Amino acid sequence: MSVLIYIEHEEGVVKKSSLEAVSYGKSLAESLGTEALVVGLGSISPDEWTLVGHAGASKGYHVTDERLNAGIIQAHTAAVSEVFEHSGADVLVLAKSSLGDAVAARLSVKLQAALVSNVVSLPDLAEGFKVKRSIFTGKAFAITAVQTSKKILAIKKNILEIRQDATDIAVEEFTVSLVDRVFAAKITGTDKAEGEISLPEADIVVSGGRGMKGPENWGIIEDLAKALGAATGCSKPVSDLNWRPHHEHVGQTGIKVSPSLYVAVGISGAIQHLAGVNASKNILVINKDPEAPFFKAADYGIVGDAFEVLPKLTEAIKAIK
Amino acid sequence: MKILVCITHVPDTTSRIQFTDNNTKFDKTGVQFVIGPYDDYALARAVELRDQTGGKLTVLNVGEAETDPTLRKALAIGADEAIRINAYPKDSYFVAQQIARVAQEGAYDLILMGRESSDYNGGMVHGMVGEMMGLPSISPVMRLDIEGNTAKLSREIEGGKEELEVSLPLVAGCQEPIAEWKIPNMRGIMSARSKPLTVKEADAYDVHASIVSYALPPAKGAVKLFDKDQMEELVKLLKNEANVL
Ligand SMILES: Cc1cc2nc3c(=O)[nH]c(=O)nc-3n(C[C@H](O)[C@H](O)[C@H](O)COP(=O)(O)OP(=O)(O)OC[C@H]3O[C@@H](n4cnc5c(N)ncnc54)[C@H](O)[C@@H]3O)c2cc1C
Ligand SMILES: Nc1ncnc2c1ncn2[C@@H]1O[C@H](COP(=O)(O)O)[C@@H](O)[C@H]1O
Repeated sequence: MSVLIYIEHEEGVVKKSSLEAVSYGKSLAESLGTEALVVGLGSISPDEWTLVGHAGASKGYHVTDERLNAGIIQAHTAAVSEVFEHSGADVLVLAKSSLGDAVAARLSVKLQAALVSNVVSLPDLAEGFKVKRSIFTGKAFAITAVQTSKKILAIKKNILEIRQDATDIAVEEFTVSLVDRVFAAKITGTDKAEGEISLPEADIVVSGGRGMKGPENWGIIEDLAKALGAATGCSKPVSDLNWRPHHEHVGQTGIKVSPSLYVAVGISGAIQHLAGVNASKNILVINKDPEAPFFKAADYGIVGDAFEVLPKLTEAIKAIK
Repeated sequence: MKILVCITHVPDTTSRIQFTDNNTKFDKTGVQFVIGPYDDYALARAVELRDQTGGKLTVLNVGEAETDPTLRKALAIGADEAIRINAYPKDSYFVAQQIARVAQEGAYDLILMGRESSDYNGGMVHGMVGEMMGLPSISPVMRLDIEGNTAKLSREIEGGKEELEVSLPLVAGCQEPIAEWKIPNMRGIMSARSKPLTVKEADAYDVHASIVSYALPPAKGAVKLFDKDQMEELVKLLKNEANVL
């Protein structure tokens, strides 16, 4: 019996959310009295593996097949399932992501393991295996009892601190046999914003809404984001109007974020927008209308014109950093 | 081309979420049910593809009789026929088994779903159905074009998108901007009444997980308000109270 964590990386750099998953897996392993193992696919350097160890894992299975650097859903499913069976684990932990979600769903069928997604805390092991997960886009939680002996938990981002254990990780190279069929879906191109802080992974997010009046005004949003080390987001009308790219749109139909701080500038706070941000630990709203609904969901608010407020806020942040 | 679109019957996104019976049941009082917003995108694209290539568009829901109006709405939007598997959708695995069975029997070229349901947000059913049927599953899909026997898709990834090509048949979880939502017109609503809605009983099934109880997030404290001349005070709180700087 053990806990296996499936990690993802971007060009060899292990994702922060995956390190969170490792730490979650380690804490779970501790309460089950067992070990935290990790499976990593594609090119991951020894230094990155060291970090995975520090986050809590004692053993890594490294499938070095370079074809797995691409996030091909069926190929990742096949590789992780083979490692899972080999490792003798009975719980698989992973971070929610566009690849992780898809792989977890297929694995739950392949491994005959119950899948619980959007998990927000460690399981309650007092009677059986009960997991708390977020439902109704963050408006409620469900306590879910897992009935199968094998289990898969897909955890939400930012639900726990990454551990700083000094675990020495033993990494074993592991070969899997991948049939052609798992490469049936061919990736013919990727289009990715380079060098930006990834929105779903970010610890602080600064978003602009229609109140920003036009794309030419995004400079002051970016200045604030830079001072905070934040990623930038936007409301749906802003991406519909093509002021900002679609992958920045936050909300019910867009990205769901759960940063430590979400800053909303010139966004009214429609329920569909809130659905994407209500898991944030702190919310700061900047709006010139004191009646804007967003203030009801906020911890901190600035009533004022964004064009006056933002430069002052950015200065004040720079001053203490 | 034969297309299957799987739709959920979910509370309207503006609904207030509450529970009854000691937090063990969802409270439906005053809640309006709609087609899941992502399923609506899948349906809209399916109507366009059916209109382009001909063939037949079937909508499917796993649910009890209360979901029939939602299926009728999908027929009014443009589906040709509807199937309801008469069972309470106990968990994703159960739902996926029912969908996979219908999809297998109907030999569809394209099985479209929403990227996730707006009630349980699992984003799991399409992947499960893909694995059960041994077909590729791609999600979340922002663009879907069909050329002959090949699907060309864009999938959203963190910070961007990727382009894919894959042969049919295929399972896809859809999201915007794959198509514009379609609003039923009068003719659609009239014709929906006479389109077939078949009710089938559920297969024997496995359930993997079940909900024991629900909980609501703790109420937010009152917002602390500042004006543009109080930035130092605010930043101090962000640093010392919220611990985010
Ligand atoms: C099914 C469905 C799904 C949806 N999904 C999403 C989603 O995922 N994400 C999303 O964001 N929306 C979504 N929407 C749209 C949502 O309902 C709102 O229309 C949208 O969030 C409003 O965007 P906004 O706040 O930027 O614009 P507005 O509502 O126009 O608000 C602009 C705000 O800016 C303020 N303002 C104006 N000028 C200034 C200034 N100089 N300084 C400071 N403040 C100023 C105004 O007071 C106002 O509050 C969805 C809608 C539906 C029906
Ligand atoms: N009860 C159901 N009946 C039909 N389709 C469903 C049902 N539940 C989920 N789906 C489909 O599966 C998608 C993903 O759902 P989920 O995995 O619950 O987030 C939805 O957008 C629907 O297309």
